[in-house]
Amino acid sequence: MNHGTPLAAAVAVCGTMTIGAALAEDLTIGMITTLSGPGASLGVDIRDGFQLGIEHLDGKLGPFDAKVVEADDQQKPDVAVQLTERMLSREGADIITGTVWSNLALAMLPAVARADKIYLSPNAGPSQLAGEQCNRHFFNVAFQNDGTHEAVGKHVADAGIRKVWLMAPNYPAGQDALRGFRRYYDQGGGEVVDEVYTQLGQLDYSAEIANIQAAKPDAVYFFYPGGMGIAFMKQWAQAGAGKEVKLFGSGFSLSQDILPAVGDAALGLENAANWSPDVDNEVNARFVETFREKYGRTPSLYAAQGYDAALFVDAAAKAAGSKDTTMLIDALAKAKVDGTRGPLELNRNHFVIQDYYLREVVKDDEGKLTNKIKGVIFEDHGDAYIEQCAM
Amino acid sequence: MEGSLILVQGLNGLQLGVMLFLMAAGLTLVFGIMDLINLAHGSLYMIGAYLTATFAAWLDSFVLGLLLAVPATAAIGALLETSALRTLYARDHLDQVLATFGLILFFNALVRIVWGPSAVFLSPPEFLAGQVAILPGVTYPAIRLAIIVVGLAVALGLWFLIARTRLGMQIRAGASNRDMAGALGIDIKRTFTIVFALGAGLAALAGGMAGSILAVQVGMGEQILILTFVVIVIGGLGSVKGALVGALLVGMADTLGRVLLPELFGLMFRPSVADGVGGAVGSMVIYLLMAGVLLLRPRGLFGARA
Repeated sequence: MNHGTPLAAAVAVCGTMTIGAALAEDLTIGMITTLSGPGASLGVDIRDGFQLGIEHLDGKLGPFDAKVVEADDQQKPDVAVQLTERMLSREGADIITGTVWSNLALAMLPAVARADKIYLSPNAGPSQLAGEQCNRHFFNVAFQNDGTHEAVGKHVADAGIRKVWLMAPNYPAGQDALRGFRRYYDQGGGEVVDEVYTQLGQLDYSAEIANIQAAKPDAVYFFYPGGMGIAFMKQWAQAGAGKEVKLFGSGFSLSQDILPAVGDAALGLENAANWSPDVDNEVNARFVETFREKYGRTPSLYAAQGYDAALFVDAAAKAAGSKDTTMLIDALAKAKVDGTRGPLELNRNHFVIQDYYLREVVKDDEGKLTNKIKGVIFEDHGDAYIEQCAM
Repeated sequence: MEGSLILVQGLNGLQLGVMLFLMAAGLTLVFGIMDLINLAHGSLYMIGAYLTATFAAWLDSFVLGLLLAVPATAAIGALLETSALRTLYARDHLDQVLATFGLILFFNALVRIVWGPSAVFLSPPEFLAGQVAILPGVTYPAIRLAIIVVGLAVALGLWFLIARTRLGMQIRAGASNRDMAGALGIDIKRTFTIVFALGAGLAALAGGMAGSILAVQVGMGEQILILTFVVIVIGGLGSVKGALVGALLVGMADTLGRVLLPELFGLMFRPSVADGVGGAVGSMVIYLLMAGVLLLRPRGLFGARA
């Protein structure tokens, strides 16, 4: 062995260490969302929106390099919890995000809080976490679950409609939906002819629609996410019920991922949401255009929320300058972001404050179904549960 | 509850029954003749729906799309039978359940890879998109009437096939006693493949028609599969007549139960309780029916196998 080799090795080691110190640290994001099964279109949109956000931020979140680790929760709470624990321990995730469903979020949060990390929800916004069980580790940049329904309720009342028939599946989100609708609709003094809860997962609504046609209310408000909504709207059109009764839906039932499957049965339906592809600001215009180019489809509100989530993490990391959880929590709570929905900030219960739009389903220039804003129902809307939050 | 409403719900029950028959006929033949529990039958229903949606979009015609999707799915069924399922005939039922459950997962993932995670568009043809006046002042969706007609026509065709043709004779022989039928020179392997493909085609027909009124999405086969198993247990394994009677019974019981029981409970309890409890009991009706039938006739109403 000649003298050159040990020296060269020492130089190489020193050189690597220097380079290592100059490289930025990783901020690890655990993206746990639904990528398979019937609910996958929502999770895929959230993930795609988030990844597009990271791309627009040049792969950096504040001073850190973004490291996004994806996993599929299959819409199962036990799988989601296992994945959370794996992300926190093995991947060293600093922030967990991605969850679509409130029941999964409620199951995952304790693990995240125990590990003293942050849970940033790009969709799920259960009332418990906005009110009594509000938690400093939990942030929601999407919406509180009741918000969209409150918006439609207010619009229906303002439109002078006095006899309404309500429908939702019989599970917590369905009950929350109709409660939220009534919170604002009842103030207008109108009557609720019937409040019908159907089986979760039920696909044939011919019986319920026949009942509605017999009762002849002025309007029907329904909350049927996913395949249930597609089936309901198709059957509504096939029964010709829309000729005598006006149908209102939530933004979820008429979101961009659902519209192509419903087809013309959705045309003209009014709904409310916290975002629309035509929200007028630069960030949103750039988001929609690049999303269309990159993924070949118009983004849904889930994708917009995923994108805004990335912007929020970036703003917080920039302000905190460190990965320390307490500093990140402080920075997130105070973050002001120019998102796809305009200027956004969080309420003291860590839920986002935003406008709600009245939208109508129309055909765009290429003949594809999309939503168009018809007006603003709520400006800077908070949520009804904040009074119960002690934070 | 008004008479017209009961008539409409009765038609809905008939329509559900007819769809269940299309699914159950294939499944009961496969179970009766090949002694194979095929959980992937629901996946063939799903593939039928997706293929109908795709072909209908290409050809701009629902009817053509459906007519193309049925033989295409039958071919897929034949391919599945010769490649994967043939090895399962000799195995016991639990192995078959596990293997075909794996096929469910496989097809769900395959469909998602090919068609994407979002639901797919499928709607009835223009001439069936409206309503028909079945009574003065009472309308019913035309597509559902068409489904009832098609289903009953297929039932008739299936009866003719089984009772009056040579293939039907071979099927009946295989259903009564497989070994003896083989000993008498019937090509059992070929018969099995044909029966499986026939079942797949019927499932595709059900899926394509259902897709026009429900949603075409990943996992759509699982829900109807459970109902289908209830139907074949009630009707008797291996009997197409049993599948028809069982399907109509289950279709009517489920629909009318879901609709009438909340009304019945509403006479006794508060509306919110009536809806919840009535709905829950309504969805149990078919299982109570199955339990009742099995108590009286353990082999099902028309149980064929010895």
